[in-house]
Amino acid sequence: MSSNKVTSTEVEKVVIKFAGDSGDGMQLTGTQFTGTSALLGNDLATFPDYPAEIRAPQGTVAGVSGFQVHIGGTDIHTPGDYADVLVAMNAAALKANLKWIKSSKTIIVDTDSFKKKDLQKAGWESNPLEDSTLDAYKVIKAPITSMTKEALKDLGLDAKTMARSKNMFTLGMVYWMFSRPCEHTIKFLNDKFGKKLPLVAEANIKALRAGRNYASTIEAIPNQITITGSQSLEKGTYKNVMGNAATAWGILAASAKSGRDVFLGSYPITPATEILQEIAKHKHFGAKAFQAEDEIAGIASTIGASFAGSLPVTTTSGPGLALKGEALGLAVMTELPLVVVNVQRGGPSTGLPTKTEQSDLMQALYGRNGESPVAVIAASSPADCFDYSFEASKIALEHMTPVVLLTDGYLGNGSAPWKITKMDELPDINPPIVKEGTENWEPYSRDAERLARTWALPGTPGLEHRIGGLEKDGKTGNVSYVPENHQSMTEAREAKIEKIADYLPELQVEGAQEGDLLVIGWGGTKGSMLTSVREMVGEGKSIGLAHFNYINPLQKNVKEILGRYKKIVVAELNLGQFANYLRMSFPEFEYKQYNKVQGLPFTTIELKDAFNKILNEN
Amino acid sequence: METTKVKYTFKDFSSDQEVKWCPGCGDYAILSAVQKALPEMDVKKEDFVFISGIGCSSRFPYYMDTYGFHGIHGRGLAIATGTKLANPNLSVWQITGDGDAMAIGGNHFIHAVRRNVDLNVILFNNEIYGLTKGQFSPTTKLGMKTKTSPEGQIQNPFNPGELVMGSKGRFFARVMDKNPKHMKEVFIQAEKFKGTSVVEALTNCVIFNDKVHDQFTQKDHQDDMLFLEHGKPMLFGKNKEYGLMLHGFKLIKVKLGENHVTIDDILVHDAHVEETGLGMMLVNAGMGDGLPRVFGVIRSVQEDTFEERMQAQVDNVRETSKFANLDELFASGETWEIE
Repeated sequence: MSSNKVTSTEVEKVVIKFAGDSGDGMQLTGTQFTGTSALLGNDLATFPDYPAEIRAPQGTVAGVSGFQVHIGGTDIHTPGDYADVLVAMNAAALKANLKWIKSSKTIIVDTDSFKKKDLQKAGWESNPLEDSTLDAYKVIKAPITSMTKEALKDLGLDAKTMARSKNMFTLGMVYWMFSRPCEHTIKFLNDKFGKKLPLVAEANIKALRAGRNYASTIEAIPNQITITGSQSLEKGTYKNVMGNAATAWGILAASAKSGRDVFLGSYPITPATEILQEIAKHKHFGAKAFQAEDEIAGIASTIGASFAGSLPVTTTSGPGLALKGEALGLAVMTELPLVVVNVQRGGPSTGLPTKTEQSDLMQALYGRNGESPVAVIAASSPADCFDYSFEASKIALEHMTPVVLLTDGYLGNGSAPWKITKMDELPDINPPIVKEGTENWEPYSRDAERLARTWALPGTPGLEHRIGGLEKDGKTGNVSYVPENHQSMTEAREAKIEKIADYLPELQVEGAQEGDLLVIGWGGTKGSMLTSVREMVGEGKSIGLAHFNYINPLQKNVKEILGRYKKIVVAELNLGQFANYLRMSFPEFEYKQYNKVQGLPFTTIELKDAFNKILNEN
Repeated sequence: METTKVKYTFKDFSSDQEVKWCPGCGDYAILSAVQKALPEMDVKKEDFVFISGIGCSSRFPYYMDTYGFHGIHGRGLAIATGTKLANPNLSVWQITGDGDAMAIGGNHFIHAVRRNVDLNVILFNNEIYGLTKGQFSPTTKLGMKTKTSPEGQIQNPFNPGELVMGSKGRFFARVMDKNPKHMKEVFIQAEKFKGTSVVEALTNCVIFNDKVHDQFTQKDHQDDMLFLEHGKPMLFGKNKEYGLMLHGFKLIKVKLGENHVTIDDILVHDAHVEETGLGMMLVNAGMGDGLPRVFGVIRSVQEDTFEERMQAQVDNVRETSKFANLDELFASGETWEIE
């Protein structure tokens, strides 16, 4: 045990990473720490990082599950690059995460999980707790498993069950470190287990308290870190939301505002599944969650529901979107509303199911046969998943078009404070439903402003009509192979999407409004991009950030913004898909790129390095 | 569905679109039988929706003056499922063919059948791919020479009825293009049935598979076709002189009066029996076993539909939910104020 004296410190921000075996309950531990911190008024961002396998081999690096949380008194936009505190529940967790901790910072280890066998499984040549590997860090070596068992020995539980509470023991230690109360977690444990499994609740609460007491006793933990800084969030009531839940709620809100019941036809796929699960909980809000037999039935049933008048939503991730491609083209051809949520993950093929990437952009824009334009928008934080799923629904319903909403694993699983939206703050949604009694209605006539087809719902007398995947005459909707008609319909479908730009807000630039470097990003990278650019502006650099939520169509002032800077760099978690899209849309500018495809989000450090390098180039 | 006040005729269901099937195609008879059956159903015209996949049969919705949706290959049933679940008031018909339903849509077919949404499926079975001009389909008989099986087809065919029985389907009937009156009656029964009803319609492809069903569909082959009626003995033949009996675990053909067989020995058709065993025998009869091909409603077993079960859950959640509106949901759980 090291002999650090207890000190009281103040910090503005701190990054904590909990890491252990995938059965160790690290996600729960992290979520509890997050919830307690949120209640204390901290701003925060989280990043769960877990293996694709339900149970990867125990004790191996492949089986390490992690949960990183960044908390602070001021603006937090990312889960943080490197940890200030790493909790490593076993040798493998230490092995996997050592490179993600800042030097001189604190590592808490469970020494019970550093036996010879554990070290072997984790791939350590010698014991890092005994050699010089950890010299640069403050290491708190605690026999967490045995102390947990000791604390629980009187409850009459078996050894395995007792050991399962070691995550709560650890959480107690960390609570002590950051002066957090245990009450929130005690309430959670009582709510979760109290009625059905009172003994489990008792064991966990006992372990939590024992961990806290242990930490306060050993005088080794740099206790009582106070988080300072003035809160910069706007006034209001907040709660912590995960991106996928926020996406589901935005859809429910759009349903209420449009008077259209939600039909969500979907097939479970990581990391999008929680949206389906969340919608399935809220049937009484008129939401029908239909778990189909496959991805194609998911979208096809949704198109059928769209024909019948629902707010139609299908949710998926990369390979699922590939399967939905043909049906998405059908929705383009029939000009029906449809929201496709694609929670991106690493690809191609099955790729990295639990890791984040932005490499489905081209698939969203073009992954169909024929000239097949759809609207594409992207959310940029766990909280604004609410706003953009609402927006996607509004565009789909009012412009009679499929909309692909891109989020990603990092947003979907991550959480952040959300300023609770009140329903009366949201705009109405007015789909162009044809009223009963309308005379001389034609299925493919368009309204002049939006160029959208109007929507006649089965069950309405007098509006019987047929639609489908074959090209249709521009007025009557009858099948037409007339060459000129196909050209004009193709152009009309394209023009309809372009028209959406008339209804979009202008793109805003953060930082320098003109100058040396414009940094461009889109979607889920906003937090790290914003943090980097703000820091660089603070260092006196002439740099601005244009972060895109609207991709097709682009906002009307994009070209004008691009012209205000000497250099442009596009940073994205792929090999340059948005950069190429901009090259195609505005070929008069030169675009530099910064790309990363590691299944990981950007760190602010690497972004700043990259941007500085470009600023310094001739 | 409310009682309809208007009296429709088949003309009310004919669209202004030219029917583009080949002259002599069996599909015309099915179209006409549907158009004649619809006025006899207790459904308003605007509540009918015809949904299809791809293939000759799937052009069907264009020829109906109802709501219609011509979908994509194999996925018509999935589209129809969404339409019906979104608006359970509609009478949703899914038109499909043996390629559409059994090959590319095979997965959707078995799952739709087990799920039991109140849909009416008409499966046009001509045992060939017509629209792509003459390749074998999943129902093409073993050994048949087609454009993609020049030496003969080497895959065992699917029997649609067998798939329905195997998926515990609630309603299965077989009809033929040569008997429009019977077809019409069966379509009416299918519509009345609450749940997924599958009607296999044997239809002739005059170009690529002409006369494939002739043995079971021509008037002079009455010894080879049996028309079932619920509660009636399974008799067939020109003078109803033949019948079906169970012998051990097999169906056998017997002649009344021969070997002391009387009418009391003949199986009486019970379409409502939960077990699928005899139904399985009946759907398979007639394929080289000396038995007749069986037509009519082979199985009709009522059970709650998917949408009824779904509605029951909605009602339950409505009563038990903590949240009266979305504002309450959004503000639930732990919240904090920033002042």
